Amino acid sequence: MSERSERTGGAAVQPYRREGATGKTLRFRFDGREYAGLEGDTLASALLANGVRAVASSIKLGRPRGVYAAGSEEPNALVQIEEPFPEPMLTATTVELYDGLVATGLPGQGRLADRPDPARYDAVHAHCDVLVVGAGPAGIAAAGVAARAGARVILADERPEPGGSLLGTAETLDGAPGREWAAGEAAALAALPEVRVLRRTTVLGHYDDNYVIAVERRTNHLGAQAPADVARERVWRIRARRVVLATGGHERFVAFAGNDLPGVMLAGAARTYANHYRVLPGSRAVVFTTNDSAYAAALDLARAGVEIAAIADVRHAPGETWVARCAERGIEVLTGHVVTAVKGEGEVSSVEVAPRPEAQGSGGQAREIPADLLLVSGGWTPVVHLFSQAGGTLRYDEELGAFTPGETRQAVEAAGFARGVRTLRECLEDGAEAGRRALAGAGLTAPPEIDVPAAEEEPAAAPAEHVWLVESGDYGTHFVDLQRDVTVAEVLRATGAGLSSVEHVKRYTTAGTAHDQGKTSGLLTGGVVAHALGVDVAELGTTTFRAPYTPVSFAALAGRDRGPLHDPVRVTALHEWHVARGALFENVGQWKRPWYYPQQGEGPGEDMEAAVLRECRAAREDVAAMDASTLGKIDVVGPDAAVLLDRLYTNMMSTLKVGSIRYGVMCRPDGMVFDDGTVIRLADDRFLVTTTTGNAAAVLDWMEEWLQTEWPDLRVHCTSVTEQWATVALVGPRSREVLARLAPGLAVDNDSFPFMTWRDAEVAGIEARVCRISFSGELAYEINVSSWYGLALWEAVMASGEVTPYGTETMHVLRAEKGFPIVGQDTDGTVTPQDLGMEWIVSKKKADFVGKRSFARADTSRPDRKHLVGLLPEDPGVLLPEGAHLVDTSALPEPPVPTLGFVTSSYRSAALGRTFALALVSGGRERIGERLYAPVGADLVPVTVTSHVLYDPEGARRDG
Amino acid sequence: MLLIPCPWCGPRDEAEFHYGGQAHVAYPEDPAALSDEEWARYLFFRDNPKGLFAERWSHTAGCRRWFNAVRDTATNEIHAVYRAGEPRPVIA
Amino acid sequence: MVEPAAVSMAERRSPAAAFAARFEAASAGGGLRLAEIPFLSQINLRVDPKSPAAERIGTAMGVPLPMEPGTAAGGGDLEVLWLGPDEWLVVGPDGAAPGLVERLAEAAAGEHVSVVDVSAQRTALVVAGERARDVLAHGCVLDLHPRVFGPGRVAQTTLARAGVVLVAGEDGFRLLVRSSFAAYVAEWLLDASVEYVTSPAGEADPA
Repeated sequence: MSERSERTGGAAVQPYRREGATGKTLRFRFDGREYAGLEGDTLASALLANGVRAVASSIKLGRPRGVYAAGSEEPNALVQIEEPFPEPMLTATTVELYDGLVATGLPGQGRLADRPDPARYDAVHAHCDVLVVGAGPAGIAAAGVAARAGARVILADERPEPGGSLLGTAETLDGAPGREWAAGEAAALAALPEVRVLRRTTVLGHYDDNYVIAVERRTNHLGAQAPADVARERVWRIRARRVVLATGGHERFVAFAGNDLPGVMLAGAARTYANHYRVLPGSRAVVFTTNDSAYAAALDLARAGVEIAAIADVRHAPGETWVARCAERGIEVLTGHVVTAVKGEGEVSSVEVAPRPEAQGSGGQAREIPADLLLVSGGWTPVVHLFSQAGGTLRYDEELGAFTPGETRQAVEAAGFARGVRTLRECLEDGAEAGRRALAGAGLTAPPEIDVPAAEEEPAAAPAEHVWLVESGDYGTHFVDLQRDVTVAEVLRATGAGLSSVEHVKRYTTAGTAHDQGKTSGLLTGGVVAHALGVDVAELGTTTFRAPYTPVSFAALAGRDRGPLHDPVRVTALHEWHVARGALFENVGQWKRPWYYPQQGEGPGEDMEAAVLRECRAAREDVAAMDASTLGKIDVVGPDAAVLLDRLYTNMMSTLKVGSIRYGVMCRPDGMVFDDGTVIRLADDRFLVTTTTGNAAAVLDWMEEWLQTEWPDLRVHCTSVTEQWATVALVGPRSREVLARLAPGLAVDNDSFPFMTWRDAEVAGIEARVCRISFSGELAYEINVSSWYGLALWEAVMASGEVTPYGTETMHVLRAEKGFPIVGQDTDGTVTPQDLGMEWIVSKKKADFVGKRSFARADTSRPDRKHLVGLLPEDPGVLLPEGAHLVDTSALPEPPVPTLGFVTSSYRSAALGRTFALALVSGGRERIGERLYAPVGADLVPVTVTSHVLYDPEGARRDG
Repeated sequence: MLLIPCPWCGPRDEAEFHYGGQAHVAYPEDPAALSDEEWARYLFFRDNPKGLFAERWSHTAGCRRWFNAVRDTATNEIHAVYRAGEPRPVIA
Repeated sequence: MVEPAAVSMAERRSPAAAFAARFEAASAGGGLRLAEIPFLSQINLRVDPKSPAAERIGTAMGVPLPMEPGTAAGGGDLEVLWLGPDEWLVVGPDGAAPGLVERLAEAAAGEHVSVVDVSAQRTALVVAGERARDVLAHGCVLDLHPRVFGPGRVAQTTLARAGVVLVAGEDGFRLLVRSSFAAYVAEWLLDASVEYVTSPAGEADPA
């Protein structure tokens, strides 16, 4: 009677493998035991072939669970891949078997690998006229029509081979197995130049304007044989003009007592295992159904060798043809019956069926039927996830007992069973029509005649009856969500607590929130809620469908955006020198800037504190140089250039003379400091504006915004030249003599080349613009050359061996000693120039500039505004942490503790011989001389408030 | 990810654009003449409708031009785009 | 006004110079060609497209300014790329910049025109060969299909996380990349090319 193989041969025995199954034998290990499967198996089909019923255990109750489905809707069979590389939370139904696979069943949760994933993951952008999701009958038909008309088509399907439902049902087309038709069509389409057929590709999300995200699993199925340089998974970012969703349906189950016991399985899944995987999911089965579809499954399984003990149909009038076919095979059909109990230790051993309590005159008795398999069909639910994500509405189809696609504003439509079309012939025609409409929508011409293959005649369907649960006095094992261990009892507790929305019930019970996102349970939960409340499922609606459709690994989403490619690393023309010199780098936005240069030599390397003190001393007492190329630079050209700058800076720029330089501050209209930098007047109608390193793009955008949207009448153009120039800052009392040697043609004396002026010169044989500006208070120059020559200039500066290279940390110390703020460090978008002690830079003469009006607001003149001040820790060796808060009491009061402000910059100063800090302190300038306290850990560190200018307040050093 | 029709470059991915908030909020002619309340209204107050909204976008990663769009904030549908300085089109 | 020197005693270094050998190795299989074209002259031009100056500039260059968004015009050794409705990038051979700046400023004849030498602001990277589109598709969101973005098309867009000017030519693409991003883009291109770089024998190059 059974076709079961009785072959022997150690681990190669697969007792539930159908005879005639061919393919290479693959070895694998599950829960510590060796098994064999066949090429083409999933882990689930291979386990079933070996008679493994309990695959996992449930998350809350620890109940044994078996394979329930045959695809990505699987709610139960969660496994962890252990080898070749640990991967958590996969469904055994979607793991393709490979030689050497080692996996374990999971109790609901997996474990992340404890080491980095060595595999490569990447992403790609794609564009098409028509994207077809799902390579079942409707999808292939749609893709075929579109592709043969010359459209750019992408056909994506989550399974390893095309065919969709045809794989499981083994229906024929044009007299041949549907699977062969699908394979042939997919191959023919893939050969067309404008067509891409993506297998093993799950469309995860459907976003605005037909932006669709899919993940292709390219080498997962190869296990350890996967080539290392081929991306294991690939994220497809697809922009499609039209989308056809041919996503088919999921079978759902019914809530009855013990519906989670291993051996209970969806009827359609069992059919797939028998037909497609050549595996018998059991020996003797009871079938429990609400509709005709389970009859086809029962008959296929019977033909394959599973004894069908009985079919319990909730209806009194199943499809007559099906009943007749069952009679031919001697299969008993119990109409008006339900399953009332499932018995067995760890797996099904018998099934109790009984007439429905409300069924009058059915005449039947409750019976216990020995069986190791219980096949369930509660009807089929169209897969509307993507349609709903795309913003489509759903409507309830009474006949189907499920929600189907309604309206959408996006260029997307569903086809085939995804929109409730029932028969194979209709699905093929519907797919072809969808393909034709998609062509028209994409502006292409559809062929007049479309051939679809001939499908078998299907028996006339009898209406399904939408039974959601089998009524009982105890709902404790009537599961609605197997993965979350949610039973009817819990749903009733939710509705009993007054919850009447499916969204609320979902959150209260967690039904539908597991890895399967309620593919088999969502509608069932709604049905049970409707039943409990006595309302229509249609009124209740569904919970929201959200991406991703199936779980996706973080590795795939990260793709190549990890490690060095995680974010752009911007470097200057001098970078290779800094690296060679052993600099440590600081991230400033995307830039890598030399932070400090530890002294090279014998013994252990210099630490940061020693290096910075040394670099500071060189800049203050000798001569030092820094790569300042990262400063933003904008060329501002036009007859109204000066007008624009007068409006954007707080101070006057139009009075600047050609050849001179002025420092300026920009504010937002709310009066808060936005950026600062120097402005160089190159000609009457031409300025070069510098910005902070981090704000270069923002300032250019700011200028463009005002010019384009508010002042289009101004004749000004702005062009970024940040990377056109490499800039070397030469700093220190001896900088003049070094420059004089490098630029023999340049008159460097103070009268010829005064502070805040610039000169063209040849420096080290390179055409240069030299600016006399200082961000340290010392005599200093900034030498600008074409960035092609940046390295040559720097090497020339360094060639004498006298000039100490310094990094950003030293720059920070030097500027902080002088009280020069860094926008973004000492300011945070709530600080005015006045707060910084820079009233002098706010013009009183100009009628208006951006921010001016806000300086007359009451808020900007509050006496308790935070001012930038200096702080000297009473212990000159104590370095305050940046961000430390400040209080004026020597003991902390009960929380909440009012804070007076916080430390923005804190350093050790070689020049001051002690530590110091800058801080924003409420009414700070009025507190100079006061003692405040910084809570640091358990201590209160006493500090004295001082002026923010701590070094050379007279500015005596800038001329050397 | 929206596909935003830049009036110059045509449809481009949303990631190439920067959002600029409500359109047609002009910088006041004479800020000094405004009361604190009027100035605060300019600085801090913007509409937030459900439905059609005229807003500013800049094609920052492309042609760097500012333009206006009328977008339905409930559906994300962009009904019209028009260049800076042009009046808001009437959407039926 | 200082413009970068075309000739100098000091040695120039282009932003992607360090990648020459790796580009060459990646190009050995024939399916893909990666290379830097260093030291091109590049002039950023901003002018009202309707102004007489715009026309005079076109005449002076021998290449009329392309007015259709996203297109390039070429003539002689110059190529003019549309960057925006009043903005173009004039690309010429190494050393041409000072002369070009002079010619353009002269043609402007006092009208409001901005001519800025940005030769060192960006460098040019070549991505050519039959797999060029595949490589770029890993990081470029534009539709690069030949019917959509064929020779003569130009776009300012992003590649991976860097802004680029993408130029389609008869023999592949050129990317004009900000100098500070050149190393990142070069690394990204080499990484994206892994599956397309084949040794002459046709086998995947393990390097």
